[in-house]
Amino acid sequence: MTSIGTGYDLSNSIFSPDGRNFQVEYASKAVENAGTSLGIRTKDGIVLATEKIITSKLLVPNKNKRIQTIDRHVGVVYSGLIPDGRHFVNRGRDEAESFRSLYKEPIGIPGLLDRLGYYVQAYTCYNSVRPFGINAIVGGIDDDGPHLYMVEPSGVYWGYYAAAAGKGRQTAKAELEKLDLTTISTRDAVKEAARIIYLAHEDNKDKEFELELTWISKEETNGLHKFVPKDLLEEAIKYAEEEGDDDGSSDSSSDEEMDD
Amino acid sequence: MNHDPFHWGRPSDATYGPYNHQIAHASNVNPMARQQQQSDFPTMHTQRPMMTGTSVLAIKYQDGIVIAADNMGSYGSLMKLDNVERLLKVGQSTIVGISGDLSDLQAIQRILNDLEIDEAYDAGDDEDTIAAGLKANHVHEYLTRILYNRRSKMDPLWNACVVAGFDDEGKSFLKYVDLLGVAFASPTLATGFGAHLAIPLLRQRVDSEADVKNLTKADAIQLIKDCMKVLFYRDARSLDKYSMAVLSESDHKVEFHKNVKVEDMKWGFAKGIKGYGMPQL
Repeated sequence: MTSIGTGYDLSNSIFSPDGRNFQVEYASKAVENAGTSLGIRTKDGIVLATEKIITSKLLVPNKNKRIQTIDRHVGVVYSGLIPDGRHFVNRGRDEAESFRSLYKEPIGIPGLLDRLGYYVQAYTCYNSVRPFGINAIVGGIDDDGPHLYMVEPSGVYWGYYAAAAGKGRQTAKAELEKLDLTTISTRDAVKEAARIIYLAHEDNKDKEFELELTWISKEETNGLHKFVPKDLLEEAIKYAEEEGDDDGSSDSSSDEEMDD
Repeated sequence: MNHDPFHWGRPSDATYGPYNHQIAHASNVNPMARQQQQSDFPTMHTQRPMMTGTSVLAIKYQDGIVIAADNMGSYGSLMKLDNVERLLKVGQSTIVGISGDLSDLQAIQRILNDLEIDEAYDAGDDEDTIAAGLKANHVHEYLTRILYNRRSKMDPLWNACVVAGFDDEGKSFLKYVDLLGVAFASPTLATGFGAHLAIPLLRQRVDSEADVKNLTKADAIQLIKDCMKVLFYRDARSLDKYSMAVLSESDHKVEFHKNVKVEDMKWGFAKGIKGYGMPQL
């Protein structure tokens, strides 16, 4: 549904006659063409996953982590322009640090998202900057339990039970809706996340990818954001590959060097 | 020499002029409140510690380190708090024992906590392995830089710290650093009264690095317990309840024991003391 900006799309912060900031919409295009990422919120935790498209055989497997941490209890995964994502996370880290120094407590997730939303929106107000080219899925556990949010280039953010971004987001969202998120355990959600990323990879099937999975769980990780341990990761990949084969499809996934 | 205790060792006024009390009486009072006088010295904020913690002891044994510090928070001679935790765990590999001003202890706690968070960001997924992240030697060097720079600004964090843990190669690391930025390592370390009373006892068993391999874990723990007993007897600002951490090199583990009590004390002699309080009959 692309419409031509005809002149109102050349600068950031300019409203078109029908009230749109085209640069912000174009930023979303950067996200739509990127590798898939998703987040799931369970009763006691969060799972974040991303499909890292391998751009070169020279890249060291399992290095170059994409999912990042803010403070100790919040994880962020994004689709789109990776450097914009890193900048976004850095801002989140600064906000979390300043909150902690003022209140001697880790920042609550809604509060953090509020600050991040403001920050992203600020980049839609001036023609001297461009909007963030990412959809960031931010999840964490605070005193009120687990929270999952997604921030878009316009600065808008919503709370979700599950969210997906990137090229395979339609597939991912369809699969996520089928899950019973009120009762699923975080451990099972890890396996489902892996399966869904593998399914969503079909939209990028000509390229190789590496799966990156992180989780936060009161029970399993004591509320800390951690990379999924090797044994669970292997179990999840096995589950994903088996389920993928059951659906009869694909020349499934290429070579994953998951062993480090 | 002038033998008046308040003028010990001071060269005579006749030769060097009167003592400049501005140095000793530097204070935190806002200089805007009173007009900043023309002075040869910059504004200084040397403090006096308010609430304090007493000795920290540590000794290396054949497979690691034992470190202990009691739970006393003294307000001068008032024994105000009895639940102060003065051993801080930093990351997977380090325990920092802190004596001196307790509010500065809390400031160090925040600084080291922030350090832990920052260093964990790029640790990747090996955060739980031995190889990863922040080690005792890093923590010690960082703390030394902070303490030295504060002292150079004449605004010290009024503490003496012992950093115990494992270094990059997984070997035992034990080093001291204090409010002056002085740092040194030894197989036996203690701060405060412990330096006077406990070090000689610790050194009877471990006089140099070569003796470390002969000290077993059980003996090291008993030795530290005995020293904590001696300190409770003799240090008027100590408590009989303390925390002890035992770090083992072989499995890279840190055992943290809280609420350890000093036991088997003989206080019978107190009955016979005359001259203080009511006679105990």
